[in-house]
Amino acid sequence: MIMQNLLALLYLVSAVLFILSLRGLSSPLTARRGNLYGMTGMALAVMTTFFVADSPVIWLIVAAIAAGAVVGAWKARTVAMTAMPELVAAMHSLVGLSAVLIAVAAVYHAGVSHSGVQKIELFIGAFIGAITFTASVIAYGKLSGKFGARAINFKGQHLLNLILALAMLGFGMTYFLSESQAAFLMMVAIALALGVTLIIPIGGADMPVVVSMLNSYSGWAAAGIGFTLENPVLIIAGACVGASGAILSYIMCKAMNRSIVSVLLGGFGAEAATAGPAGSAQKNYRSGSADDAAFLMENAEKVIIIPGYGLAVSRAQHALQELTDLLSERGVDVRYAIHPVAGRMPGHMNVLLAEAEVPYDKVFEMEEINSEFGTADVALVIGANDVVNPAAKNDPASPIYGMPILDAYKARTVMVVKRSMSAGYAGLDNDLFYMDRTMMVFGDAKKVVEEMLQAVH
Amino acid sequence: MSATAVASAVSQASHGLSTDPFIGLLTIFVLAIFVGYHVVWNVTPALHTPLMAVTNAISGIIVVGAMLQVVDIHAQQITPTSVLGAIAIFLASINIFGGFLVTQRMLEMFKKKNAQEKAQGRG
Repeated sequence: MIMQNLLALLYLVSAVLFILSLRGLSSPLTARRGNLYGMTGMALAVMTTFFVADSPVIWLIVAAIAAGAVVGAWKARTVAMTAMPELVAAMHSLVGLSAVLIAVAAVYHAGVSHSGVQKIELFIGAFIGAITFTASVIAYGKLSGKFGARAINFKGQHLLNLILALAMLGFGMTYFLSESQAAFLMMVAIALALGVTLIIPIGGADMPVVVSMLNSYSGWAAAGIGFTLENPVLIIAGACVGASGAILSYIMCKAMNRSIVSVLLGGFGAEAATAGPAGSAQKNYRSGSADDAAFLMENAEKVIIIPGYGLAVSRAQHALQELTDLLSERGVDVRYAIHPVAGRMPGHMNVLLAEAEVPYDKVFEMEEINSEFGTADVALVIGANDVVNPAAKNDPASPIYGMPILDAYKARTVMVVKRSMSAGYAGLDNDLFYMDRTMMVFGDAKKVVEEMLQAVH
Repeated sequence: MSATAVASAVSQASHGLSTDPFIGLLTIFVLAIFVGYHVVWNVTPALHTPLMAVTNAISGIIVVGAMLQVVDIHAQQITPTSVLGAIAIFLASINIFGGFLVTQRMLEMFKKKNAQEKAQGRG
């Protein structure tokens, strides 16, 4: 009994360490310590479990952990920061698959019989895990460009999902009543199919929401398994992860002015197509060279840079940071403004800028910096489009109407670095490009920034 | 199992009578959601990507559940249960090591800039 209490207390300590690790992320200054708390908590939980388990097969456990460590450490070291969304999606799928395997393992556990409540818990853990697994695999494919990011819609999609869900519940009930292992496996198989059919109608633009949501699911799956095994540390950690993913999904939806329901039902491209501008007459815009742009920035007092994913695609971050340094030395106040959906997952652009050694105290979130555009001499938009489209504020007919934007149009001069006049991700024209105070600088982001850099030198 | 003991201890402490362990676990679960909710709202948006990576690592806690399957059953080490459990341990460990290490790698980037900034400020 004393031993058991001690082990339970150790689990409690590791749960507290997990919470502290999330708390550490409230500031870049405490974040690394937080991560250490997380690692300690995990090590403690694993150690404790060796004593909790009833005659564990230690060699097999250690071998499996070591193999996982090798793969995980290798992936963590080699992954490119632009590929973080894929990596995160892939890791969600692993949690989902683990949950399924554990549930099936428990169902086949010859030494244990399960109570009614436990059977329901096994069912919940397994089906959330299965959906998380296949949905994350599809999300991974879409993000890495292996399957194509296009939304796949077909007739009777929702009906099919409903039928699958009912069939899954039916087999779950059969398992509950008869303890049939075959019924349990059928239930898992249908849940795996459901994960695919739920995610294919969702387009590439909504992937940040989907990744956040799967983050949440992977937490609930862990918590579900925690209930089955009556293990509080799994429940606490799973609940925190579940809550975290849910909050991120909410933040992403709000930043795109989309409801979670419309994301899940899919089809952003379809919506945008119906709202084609009626008066698509030739509009005039002004273009300038990188030298002109550099001259304006050199003589500005305050420059705000708005980076978008296009910046990262052309790998212009490092050149941009050099330009920032140079301008700062000349006494120009240079800041970065980040829209919540810049990049392909929450906070992605911040990491990409940090990788390019942009100091994080020069990087501001939308709410912090929007009031500053009125006093800025130059707003430099690189690789971003929809997040600075004034139509989101002015045009109730626009599909992105109501989406919060960065108020770049308020700056004295707006410079837009862009390949051509083509439309953005959402397929919309952008009035910002046609304003009198806007100067378009055409070209590849990296080349343009390097030219600016030379002009300033 | 000790975990059951905690759960029933929680429920006994809160009710003064013994209930199904499920009630105690549910109590923990609901309270943990509230804790997670409040802690995560305090995370700075700049660190949302590291947050996702670290929650990935933390959901690797499912390894505990997997370890509990890799046990002797009727004096046999290799059973369907233990093999499935071992595969689950392998997958969860990828998450644990991959998640924490990639988080560390990202956070190092945020640190370097800070140190540099301070050095520039002093110089």
